Amino acid sequence: MASIEATLPTLSNGHNGHIEEIEAVELSGAQIVCKALEEEGVDIVFGYPGGAVIPLYDALPKAGFHHVLTRFEQWAALAADGYARVTGKVGVCMATSGPGATNLVTGLANAQLDSVPVVAITGQVVQPLIGKDAFQECDITGITLPVTKHNYLVTRIQDIAPTIKEAFYLAKSGRPGPVLVDIPKSLFVAKTQYKPAKLKDRRGYQPTTSPNMRQVKLAAEAINTAKQPLFMAGHGILLSGAEEAFAKLVEKTGIPVAFTLLGQGCYPESKPLALGLMGMHGHREVNKALEEADLLVNIGARFDDRATGKISGFAPKAVVVHVDIDPAEIGKNVETTVPVVGDAREVIDLLMDLVEEKHHDEWLAWIESQRNYVLEAALEDRPATPEPYTIIKAISEASNGEAIYATDVGQHQMWAAQHLGLDYPNRWLSSGGLGTMGYGLPAAIGAKIGCPDREVWAICGDGGFQMSLNELATCTQEGIDVKIAVLNNGYLGMVRQWQDLFQGKNYSEVKINGPDFVKLAEAYGVTGIRVETDAELMPAIQKARETPGTVVVEFVIEPEANVWPIVPQGASNSEMLHRYEDR
Amino acid sequence: MKRQHTLIVMVEDHPGVLNRVVSLLRRRSFNIDSITVGHSEQPRVSRMTIVVRGTDADIEQAGKQLYKLMEVLKVIDLTDQSVIAHEMMIVKVAAKAQQRQEVLLIAQMFNARVLDASPNTIMIEATGPVEQIESLLGMLRAFGIRELARTGAIAMTKGSGMITSKGLTDSDRYAGSAAAD
Repeated sequence: MASIEATLPTLSNGHNGHIEEIEAVELSGAQIVCKALEEEGVDIVFGYPGGAVIPLYDALPKAGFHHVLTRFEQWAALAADGYARVTGKVGVCMATSGPGATNLVTGLANAQLDSVPVVAITGQVVQPLIGKDAFQECDITGITLPVTKHNYLVTRIQDIAPTIKEAFYLAKSGRPGPVLVDIPKSLFVAKTQYKPAKLKDRRGYQPTTSPNMRQVKLAAEAINTAKQPLFMAGHGILLSGAEEAFAKLVEKTGIPVAFTLLGQGCYPESKPLALGLMGMHGHREVNKALEEADLLVNIGARFDDRATGKISGFAPKAVVVHVDIDPAEIGKNVETTVPVVGDAREVIDLLMDLVEEKHHDEWLAWIESQRNYVLEAALEDRPATPEPYTIIKAISEASNGEAIYATDVGQHQMWAAQHLGLDYPNRWLSSGGLGTMGYGLPAAIGAKIGCPDREVWAICGDGGFQMSLNELATCTQEGIDVKIAVLNNGYLGMVRQWQDLFQGKNYSEVKINGPDFVKLAEAYGVTGIRVETDAELMPAIQKARETPGTVVVEFVIEPEANVWPIVPQGASNSEMLHRYEDR
Repeated sequence: MKRQHTLIVMVEDHPGVLNRVVSLLRRRSFNIDSITVGHSEQPRVSRMTIVVRGTDADIEQAGKQLYKLMEVLKVIDLTDQSVIAHEMMIVKVAAKAQQRQEVLLIAQMFNARVLDASPNTIMIEATGPVEQIESLLGMLRAFGIRELARTGAIAMTKGSGMITSKGLTDSDRYAGSAAAD
């Protein structure tokens, strides 16, 4: 792949390292976008061309990064999200003006709610037409105001490079998030002298990474004196790369760990101190522990309502320590006794020196006694069609728990969260905040492109998969190898479950047809496998793993299987239902 | 307890910054009573005075959310400070020859200025604390208010303390992002 440097020898500075001394050269705005992205170390961009970005795409063949053509802009944004989650780098997506840009919105909202660093570049109509309702014009900076960390409409060609530089800095620093840069078509074709941009100091943006030591001491004191403490481990631990430090802290303090949906993987679930998922579909013993804990140390979680249940019933006996890099999260949902504003890794490192080595054997034994053995026994005694959770366990077992698992949204997502047994950081991709159906496949594609050597599974339902299955064509065009498990119950299962439990079984618009998934796979040029019995389960998964290229494995499951336990919306975590009769 | 809070928000003077501030308060369900924006004593820094209703905790949360906007340099809640908060009003009151004297007398009582008059109306300008403006309006309503324009309050602390983009020199309710500490 030829880079722009190849045609512009005065700019190749690979060896001397003195960028400033090099004479600026004249480039088009489109070339400057490419150069600015290269400066940020971008090697992959997910996108879709269109009218306003034709000049930008004109520069792409010579850019030093690879463009992945998705089949819908929303999946480009979510592929960038998946890529960012597994690599820790900023994910980049591109789209044209108007509908191209609006199609990114859901993906940006997804990244915003889950604090994922994504930069979106959109084309805008030519400057004289802005505000005139031009063809494919829309106010994308206005539209994305609430779903981005920040956004820009670039109005001068010399601002392109500094804006992209700052966009990357904002996306990944502090609490990460999506940043959109809207560039009018007229700027892509204009020319100017190009110099790599330097980051300018932003007076209004000074994220606090180093915590106030007095607060850290208070937190340590609370940890040292608690009898029944509990960690609530959130996505922030992974975002700050604190998983190793956190593991040391857990083992030194002997405090058990409850995970939020996105916190999973920040500490190996197979360890004795890892309790598992908390909240609406959390394990019984985890929610029971929350009820009895005298100290809750939340690191990097935002007390989402799916994790807390009814606030007044949440951790009612606990002193709450909340560690977060975003001061606005402190006290937003749950009243906090000891707030600590700072980067999770810095806080954990400081805590390590202040906490005492402890064991909480009695407390751990009590938590263990709260496990729902009846439910677990019932799970073992199952019918001939594969039970959803056995599919999840089989995928985990076959891949040795080492694959990247991307889920869609719904029942299968919760079964996966409960039963995958996640031991590794940044290999669990799930749309936690926004709950974006269709997320699974594009996120898996982004993950596979980001980590080509790792096995990647998309775990989907038949509803969500039908939203984004057009990305199978992206898989074949890119020649990538994603294994897709489709748990097919012929229903929009989670909505059906709520209608079952809380709407008197009034099934309204949840029955959903699908294609013949095996034929569909074949039509897209990938392999399709259907599994209808227990006996076929493991061989099919093994076959999928051994077959080169993308494979769709359809698992026919019991249409009305429910996810247990479940905390009804608006109820306390203590009011969880374990079976149908508990309603 | 919900009550009125007066926030001073110092912002970088960039296009769209008012939209960002208002949009944030709207999407987080804060009720804006009034908002005024203008230049401050510093170049490229604008000063907003936002009167917003909520509990102290709501307003603290609003302040923290405002800090997440890149252009916001400082947020100060003046509610429990010793401040002067004034607004300006221009009002066109219905007044024929018979009422004119009475309207002028009321204007005089409130130190209001007559800007214009016609056979049927008098245009009056008044500045002062919001309650005073309300009282004046209350008196004028009886004559019939033809047109009314109000600016919303702007506020400044008393004494030598200063609000700048670095904060309030005396005391500061939101000491940077370490607010929660």
